[in-house]
This record gives sequence, C-alpha cells and structure tokens, in this order.
Amino acid sequence: MSGLELKDITKTFGNFRAVDTANLSVPHGKFVCLLGPSGCGKTTLLRMIAGLEEPTSGEILLDGTDITPMPTHKRNLGMVFQSLALFPHLSVGDNIAYPLRIRGASRDEQKKRSDELLKLIHLPGFADRPVAKLSGGQRQRVAIARALALSPKLFLLDEPLSALDAKLREAMQVELRQLQQRLGITTFVVTHDQREAMTMADLVVVMGNGKILQAAPPIEIYRKPADAFVADFIGMTNLLDATADRVGRVSVLGQAIPNLTIPEGLTKASVSIRPEDVHLGPVGGDAIAGTVTFVRDLGGTIETFIEAGGKTIVAVATPRERPEVVAGQQVGVILPAEACVVLKS
Amino acid sequence: MKREAPKSIADYSPLFFPGLMLIVFFVIPFSTMIAVSFFQRDPSGFYTPDFVFSNYARFLTPFFGKVLGFSLMLAVMVAICCVVIAFPFTFLLTKRPRKVQTIWLVCLLSVLSLSEVIIGFAWSTLFSRTAGITNLFVAIGVMKEPVALLPSFWAVLTGMVYQALPYTILVLYPALVRLDPTLLEAARTLGASPVRAFVNVVVPALRNTIVATLIMVFVFALGSYLLPQILGRPSHWTLSVLITDQAIYQSNMPFAAAMAVFLVLMSLALVGLTLLVGRRENAL
Repeated sequence: MSGLELKDITKTFGNFRAVDTANLSVPHGKFVCLLGPSGCGKTTLLRMIAGLEEPTSGEILLDGTDITPMPTHKRNLGMVFQSLALFPHLSVGDNIAYPLRIRGASRDEQKKRSDELLKLIHLPGFADRPVAKLSGGQRQRVAIARALALSPKLFLLDEPLSALDAKLREAMQVELRQLQQRLGITTFVVTHDQREAMTMADLVVVMGNGKILQAAPPIEIYRKPADAFVADFIGMTNLLDATADRVGRVSVLGQAIPNLTIPEGLTKASVSIRPEDVHLGPVGGDAIAGTVTFVRDLGGTIETFIEAGGKTIVAVATPRERPEVVAGQQVGVILPAEACVVLKS
Repeated sequence: MKREAPKSIADYSPLFFPGLMLIVFFVIPFSTMIAVSFFQRDPSGFYTPDFVFSNYARFLTPFFGKVLGFSLMLAVMVAICCVVIAFPFTFLLTKRPRKVQTIWLVCLLSVLSLSEVIIGFAWSTLFSRTAGITNLFVAIGVMKEPVALLPSFWAVLTGMVYQALPYTILVLYPALVRLDPTLLEAARTLGASPVRAFVNVVVPALRNTIVATLIMVFVFALGSYLLPQILGRPSHWTLSVLITDQAIYQSNMPFAAAMAVFLVLMSLALVGLTLLVGRRENAL
C-alpha cells in the first residue's frame, strides 16, 4: 500500500504505556492530525514515525516497506519541532539548505533551492538574515521550509503553531493546509487544539491514554464520535444518560424521545448531542422541561444553559433562530432523535 | 529589562566590597610586582628601588624567547587536548540518566582534591620503567620489554591534561546540559548521521563556550610549574619554572617580576587575539 501504516505500535517507558497498540493506515498525500489532551501519547507516536523513539513492539510501514529499524537520518522525512530547532549559528538560507549540504549539494544548488523555498513561504530575500532577527511567524515558516527542502515523503509537525498568537495561528493553519495541498505530501501534525485539527486535517486521529480512540474525517468525528471521550474532547457537547424500558422506548432525563433507539439488549446508554442541535420551545409535548440558568449572548451566537433533571444542557443558536429567553424562564428542551449519537457507556 | 543608571554614591555601595577585595588582593600585589620589575637587584641583599629596564632587556635573548615560546605552545596544546577530549565526553555524559551523571561528576570532582605534587609523582610512577604501565603492555604481549616514558614532552603533556581535564568538564557541563536536544534531533531528521549532527550542529552552536573554555584551560596550564619539573627534562621547563627559580633560589626578585609581568602581557595578548578573531568570524 502506498502511504503510511502503523501496525500494533506500542511504546512503554518503564511501567507507563505511552502508546498502546496503535493501528492506523494513512493513504499517500493525506493530512493527518494527531489530536488529544497532553500526555495522551500523540507526540511519542509522531517521534516513533520520525525514528527518534523506538517502538517497544509493532511495525511502521512506509509504502509497504518496514522502516521500524531504519535510523532517522535515512527515512527521508521533514520534521518541524515545537521549539522549531532552527540552528542559531546559521543564517536563514543556510538553515534551509542544511539538508542539501549534508547530501553534498554544490553551493549553487543550495542557494537555488533555498531561494525557491523562501519564495514558497513568502519570505524572498531573507536568505542572509540571522535566525535571531526573525519574528515568531517568520521562524515558523523557515522551519517549515527547512523540513521541506528535500521534498520528503513524510512531513511531521509537533505542535508547530503553539508558540504563535491566536490570529497568526489561524492564518498559518490555512497557509499550512494550502501548502500541503499544493505539494501533495503525507503530513502528520500533533496538536491539542481541535479547531486547528478541524481546519487542516483530512483525517483526525483522536488519542487518549495512549490509545487511538477514533480515526476519521473531521466532520465524521464531530457528527459521529466513537465514544464519550471523543464526543467531549471535540467541540462542546451534551452527554446525557438514556434508559430503555421493556417495550423499547428510550427516554432521556425521564422524557421519552420518539424514534431514538439504543442497541438491543441494553437498558442504559449515553447520548451525545451537540449544542446547536438542541432546540428550545414551549413546555409540554415531547420536550424536556427545564429552567434557563444563564444566557451567554456572544453576538454571533447565543449559548443558553438550561437545567433539567439535575443536568445542565447547553443549546447554541444564532439570534435569528432563538426565541428570546431569559434566566429563570421555564422552557421545553427538544432533542431531535436524528441528532443524538448513542455511545457505549 | 532596562535599568536606571545609578545616581548617588549609595547606589554604588554593592560594588564597595568586591572593589576592596580586588584592590587588596589583585591591584596592590600586581602593582607591587610591576614596580619591582623595574627595580635594581642588590646581589648582597634583596633589591633597591630604581627605574631600570635591564630586567626586561635581559630576557630579550633567544634562550628566554624559546622558553616563552615553549610555555605558550605547551599551554595551547594542553587547552586543545583538554577540550577535544572533554567536549565529546561531556556531551555523551549529559545524555546519560541523571544518576549516572552525578556519579561521574563526583568522581571528577574528587580528582580536583589531588594536589599537583601527588598528580606529578603518580604519573612519574606510571611512566617509570620499573613500575609503569609499559609493564602491563609487556604482560599482554604488546611490548617486548618495559621502557621509561619519562622524562619527556608527552609525559608533561599527559600530566597537565590530566590535571586540567576535570576543570574543563565542569566548565563545559552547564552549557551542554542546557543545549536544546531538539537541535540534534532536527539535524537527524534532515539527514545528518548522529556523528555528523554533533560536528556541524552541537560544536558550532556552542562555539563561544568552547572558546571560553580554551582560554580558561590555557591560562590554567600557563601557571603550572611543578609538573614540567617532575615529568620533563630541563628543555621542557616552562617560564613559570624559571620565574620560581629566579625568585626563590636566585633571590633575583626584579628579574622574576619582569618575567611574570611579561608572561601576563603575552597571555593577555593571546587571549585578546582569540576573542578578536572570534568576533570577526561571528560578524560574518
């Protein structure tokens, strides 16, 4: 298979399982985001792909060949580190040309390629500047250019944008995605920012406690989370308990929800519903009765917090859709069955 | 951070104590020495105050020139050997677990507790024909019969490198511990083998530290006067040996002082030159 494949990758540090039997198959040219809270093993997984860390067991296949025993410098990859790791003693141009220098390219070739890359990252004419004189965003680009200098098969980035301010980060996300599309290079980005993952990725890999919990396109992760952890980690969600009675009717917070089913044989399950899918209406009918506790009007959207059956439900809507509610008001909460995702609890 | 310039005398008060120490223990003795170097020697007594250049004129001879040249060359070689050995060693040491590092550092510190005399005699035994390391080589069949490795230039060099090595490691250690390990990893992901990455990333990134360490070991080695006498021939004696000889055994203080002043000036010039060259390269 062309692309990258991880087979039962496990990495232990002493008694700690940093990565636990990770299996993943990424076709060539895809943009993958490894997403998860800190300490979930995503960086360790990336470092194993880079060869900076050796898996305790398992195999890494690149285009069908096992690269697990191959040392880092023979893997033909480009990596951007969280600290960027630009060489302080070299100029911008020499930093970018470093991999070419290692391979014995002539001075002219090095210059040509570094100029080409500087144009690609919108920093033409920066070749002779010292690295220390660059701004954070410029350094970021130089690190990216250096990693791409040899047109590697794999492009790995470890929390590359975490040092930038919010506005620059958003711009760089778009730029990075466009760059990857233009070059068609298989890319792995480690991030803990789900927004970043949603912006850039073809494939989001959610990790928790060393395990890969779900690997799917961003919208699928959002719409059909595999379990409660994923649902909670990606975006805002309402996690509610659902119970089924003997005739198979499912109720949430004591209110029967028409058309909602949970797997046969179970009497209890968790239901995840996104705030924007929660509708508010008058009390009565199929609606769950609740009390509005807080309204956060952000201008573009309104978040309404409703207390119902001892749980807080969040509903989000645009001002046009939302009936005017105030704190303390009694409302009916409608959970459309088609928007509810039933999770194993 | 911008600091305000000190305004009143009280603002300078933190400088008084170090300033006093510097004056009492450096400026006064060194000025005395400079003064003495211009005095006239009194063969029957000590010296008489005067202002003559004869002390300086006396060592403008090929003999003293050679000794001075040898002293500087020896110190430079000791500095280079120490850094060449200590730099990779310290680098590898910082990659070991914390516990292992502590044990090594404690062992190295314990070497510092040895006096120059003990080091000298220990090496003179090790290099001797009767009890030296060549006996070991004979035992394992590398050599036919034991030989004496001293007195020789290499014995002097070995002894001095041994003495200066712990200092070198202790000076290099903090800089190498602080070095960002991802620099090396980045070089490896860009296709450099670990050895290559070390040579063209770690070494240049720490160039200033290396230059500072070279200068420190150089100055340290310049003052050594026991080891050359214990392990070398008279032709391996350094200017420090001659200074000691003049000051203590010949009672010629003015001449010893003149030599000492000259040695200080020469080493300052050399250090200045190194820094100047370093700065020019940095500017490129």
